[in-house]
Amino acid sequence: MEDNEDDEVVKKIMHVMRNAPHGTIYTYEGLEMILIMAAYDQDISVAFIDDGVYALKKDQDTEGLEIKGFSKTFKALDGYDVEKLYVDQISLEERGLNEDDLLVDVEVLSSTEIGKMMAEQDVVVHH
Amino acid sequence: MLHTINKSPFGSNSFETSSRFFQPGDPVLFIEDGVYAVQTNNKYSGTLAKVQKNNPVYVLKSDLNARGIGNIAEGVISIDYEGFVELVEDHQVNSWL
Repeated sequence: MEDNEDDEVVKKIMHVMRNAPHGTIYTYEGLEMILIMAAYDQDISVAFIDDGVYALKKDQDTEGLEIKGFSKTFKALDGYDVEKLYVDQISLEERGLNEDDLLVDVEVLSSTEIGKMMAEQDVVVHH
Repeated sequence: MLHTINKSPFGSNSFETSSRFFQPGDPVLFIEDGVYAVQTNNKYSGTLAKVQKNNPVYVLKSDLNARGIGNIAEGVISIDYEGFVELVEDHQVNSWL
């Protein structure tokens, strides 16, 4: 990749969400990182694998936990030009979920298809 | 793309999940507690054998030694830190946590 003095190098960066949203801080921190990177006009994609798919579950209501939920932030990614959201089909099926259970528009893909995209990235970050 | 796995397969699904995403030819390297996956005759030997059909598999020797693991599956290549660095130089890294 050529570097130039205007810092206009756009890197392909894939974030991989692998944890459920509320038990740890990984998902929240990952989301913050995505928003920061998006501000630098990078080519961002996000893959939801394993318990990561729970981050996109509709109807999350954290009021009883007295914490501010962040699931709605995923809906806002679109506004930051982060539009490539991929969900691993097996991970969804294993959890008895389907695309209608998710709060944003995503592409549901096979592990092989997501694996191919991973291979094309400059950076892959797991959360 | 080099896939590194640093969690025991018994406590984390990193290995099983990641194995679905490997592209043929991608090197796979077990480090830290990940090395338990390559011990012979464990629950994950079948998964490992399947991966080995399409991918070269490496394991970090120091991490094996530290854990007293001598019997490793046939075909798994034991490397030192220098070998680790060479792999990282040659490939983009996908660090499955």
